[in-house]
Amino acid sequence: MSALLQREHVEEWVSIGSINEIPLRGARCIKNGDMTIALFRTAENKIYAIEDKCPHKNGPLSQGIVHDGCVTCPLHNWVISLESGLTQGADKGQTLAFPTKLIGNEILISLSAKNG
Amino acid sequence: MKKNLVIIGNGMAPGRMLEHLFDADPDAYDVTIFNAEPRVNYNRLMLSPVLSGEKTYEDIITHDDAWYQEHGVTLHKNARVSQIDRTAKRVTSENGITLSYDTLVIATGSNPFVIPLPGHDFEGVLVYRDFDDVEQMLDAAKAGGRAVVIGGGLLGLEAAAGLRKQGMEVSVLHLMPTLMERQLDQAAGYLLEKAITDRNIDVITKANTHKILGENGKVTGVQLDDGSIIDATIVVMAVGIRPNTQLASDSGIACNRGIVVDDQMQTSDMDIYALGECVEHDGQCYGLVAPLYDMGKVLAQNLLGASKEYKGSVTATKLKVTGIDLYSAGDFAEGDDREEIVLRDAQAGVYKRIVLKDNKVIGAVLYGDTADGPWFFDLLKKGTDVSAMRDTLVFGQMFQGGAPLDPTAAVAALPDDAEICGCNGICKSQIVNTITDKGLSTLDEVRAHTKASASCGTCTGLVKQLLSLATGEEISTTTIQPICACSDLSNGDVRRLIKAKGLKTIPSVMQELEWKTSCGCPKCRPALNYYLVCDWPDEYADDYQSRYINERVHANIQKDGTYSVVPRMWGGMTSSNELRAIADVVDKFDIPAVKVTGGQRIDMLGIKKDDLPAVWADLGQAGFVSGQAYAKGLRTVKTCVGSDWCRFGTQDSTGLGIKLEKFMWGSWTPAKLKLAVSGCPRNCAEATCKDIGVICLSGGYEIHFAGAAGLDIKGTQVLGMVQTEEDVMEHVVALAQMYREQGHYLERIYKWADRIGLDEIRSQIMDQADKRKTYYDNFVFSQKFAQVDPWSERVSGKDKHEFNPLATLDLREAAE
Repeated sequence: MSALLQREHVEEWVSIGSINEIPLRGARCIKNGDMTIALFRTAENKIYAIEDKCPHKNGPLSQGIVHDGCVTCPLHNWVISLESGLTQGADKGQTLAFPTKLIGNEILISLSAKNG
Repeated sequence: MKKNLVIIGNGMAPGRMLEHLFDADPDAYDVTIFNAEPRVNYNRLMLSPVLSGEKTYEDIITHDDAWYQEHGVTLHKNARVSQIDRTAKRVTSENGITLSYDTLVIATGSNPFVIPLPGHDFEGVLVYRDFDDVEQMLDAAKAGGRAVVIGGGLLGLEAAAGLRKQGMEVSVLHLMPTLMERQLDQAAGYLLEKAITDRNIDVITKANTHKILGENGKVTGVQLDDGSIIDATIVVMAVGIRPNTQLASDSGIACNRGIVVDDQMQTSDMDIYALGECVEHDGQCYGLVAPLYDMGKVLAQNLLGASKEYKGSVTATKLKVTGIDLYSAGDFAEGDDREEIVLRDAQAGVYKRIVLKDNKVIGAVLYGDTADGPWFFDLLKKGTDVSAMRDTLVFGQMFQGGAPLDPTAAVAALPDDAEICGCNGICKSQIVNTITDKGLSTLDEVRAHTKASASCGTCTGLVKQLLSLATGEEISTTTIQPICACSDLSNGDVRRLIKAKGLKTIPSVMQELEWKTSCGCPKCRPALNYYLVCDWPDEYADDYQSRYINERVHANIQKDGTYSVVPRMWGGMTSSNELRAIADVVDKFDIPAVKVTGGQRIDMLGIKKDDLPAVWADLGQAGFVSGQAYAKGLRTVKTCVGSDWCRFGTQDSTGLGIKLEKFMWGSWTPAKLKLAVSGCPRNCAEATCKDIGVICLSGGYEIHFAGAAGLDIKGTQVLGMVQTEEDVMEHVVALAQMYREQGHYLERIYKWADRIGLDEIRSQIMDQADKRKTYYDNFVFSQKFAQVDPWSERVSGKDKHEFNPLATLDLREAAE
């Protein structure tokens, strides 16, 4: 129930920086309390945010190689969709994914997860 | 309520039977399996590639634990069933599990036959049946020495070839005059014997073993009937298998050689079925995989109430020894009522013999060129009248009705029910229909959906041709492994085209070579980045995002996301100042673990990523540079103290090692590159298992290469002898450059050497001074751009974004 309630009352966008601060096909992290969120910038200049934690063994996804809307975890090569946080292929799992939007070069994130 | 189906045995036959059962009706039974082996279901056919080191156990698993879970199957591992109580319909295992069944399937397989020779129970007398046997052989192979394989049949030869590949001396003893006499005629047996002998395996035919010799309960050799003795550290018996009927006959189920089953696979007890190598059907016992799969298919349907009949199988055999092509099917004994057609090509080492009776193929033996094997097998199974094509029959399918130029014409001409994958009993129409229905476009997809080519892999070429036929796309039919799923080109092709077309950026490679993805994948991007760095050292701008994280942040990522840092200690030498600086860094950054590495330097583990630049700054002040312990590049040069200190040292091995390391550090290579220099043949620096090693002798230097001491263990090969330190530098550097220019990404030097050939490498580096000089100059040129300490660059601010968070929020919106 609490998850539902929170999703309804939070539609708050937080500004976290400029797209130019994230390398193309790369990632940067933001810290939010105990949680680290990885922000990815794809080859097409799209920005995605997912928790920096692979559902397999908690590998830091921000350190992986970015390709085709996905990131490959640096620890054991699980492939995670940047859009949904869902693992691809035969591996099963999901990491939290957060809505983002771009206004000009400014990146905004909403901290209520799409799939919380 | 669901009925209880209990299965005794977890080999390939019941595994396949369950797949058919779940495909048809996943909810018909509660399934419980008792497995005497402590593991899941694996592909026993592939044990030989595991033994030879071409595959690992993980590669050959058919059903992993998740599969059993997903299908609700209870799998008792290490649980050998000791009793079947047919009255109470209950089984009990040795480890005390008792379970009732509605239906029981016995699939106890077969036992390897052990000849009861004197000494057969000595330690070191092995059989070749399951993964435990392979592990024992691999263990034994590590100690080296000679293996004697008794039995020159399919299994015996595969065992012999595997053990030889693992570095053992091998003798094969065979009772009969020619090898594999049950599958081959004399002529093919001779060609096979020659191919086996060419692999430095001794073959002794007409060899009757008299007894096995031993000392203190351990095997030391075998003695033959003629009195001769062959020393051995292990003896492998591969003389055949016997159906394992013990449990069934103890329970009063009818058995002859095997457990007797009818066409429905039912035993003499109507609630008990049996399948696999343990059964006898119509007087026949089978030891090859295709019949077992046929039985599995029939039984699965009968368990669901159908009344299918198994009508026996005709079998064909292929030997799985890399580089030996051999195919046999049917009956090829000579006889008055038979004709034979023989084709030999001595130059190409080809022998084909087709046996006809009443104008029908009844047997075929192919050696050297087995591409037409499945076609002959199809003619044989169908009993096709071949009189119209008799004259050209032996030349194969391509020669029937003109010579088609299109390679797919041959498979196009195959009838729909022609069997393509013998292991899995998959015919042409099943593959083509699945490709069309599901829109498949890659070999992997076809394997996943049809299982064709997924077992032993020898039909891969045909499956690819079918794929190309069905999709209309050009698909390469050779066994070339593409660089990754983004391209059909092999690593070698990609490297060649990068040079030939002068491609100097990753996007241009992807464009010109028609990559199928927009920006590649984690397999091809690091490979392309390396190829471009290597080929255009001055012009190519390294693509940071195409490197693995370790090479991006110049440290090694650990399981908890922290990093480890290893500074260079040239040649393994250090000093009080260096050690003091390391101690200070460890204290200052509260580094939790410090370890001495196998490459003679010091590893600091558990460093937070944000701390890396500061750690490097402090290390840099003490004169340290990155040890590149994370790089597909030059790692360490291990040395002994040599003539500086050692009373046996012949040359200054430490000094030479440092010289090499200072010259070569910073260079990127296809895979990691580790060197060592030993000051005398006692070899304290262990140079003979390194990628490149040098052994100093009083009269010069012996250069070694292509060793390994990781996943594989291999002693080095000798490249050659040189006279001076300068010669060592020139030859070692030229060798490294040749490897840099030709290696496939992630291919260690020993694998590259296997592929290129040792003689070719020796000839280019030792004998062709101009080639050597060119390699050397290329390396020196490349080093101008490579020898920049990555740590000091980052201390000065390079890639700063990597080490700092973009923002720190304290909003803590709970996500759940």
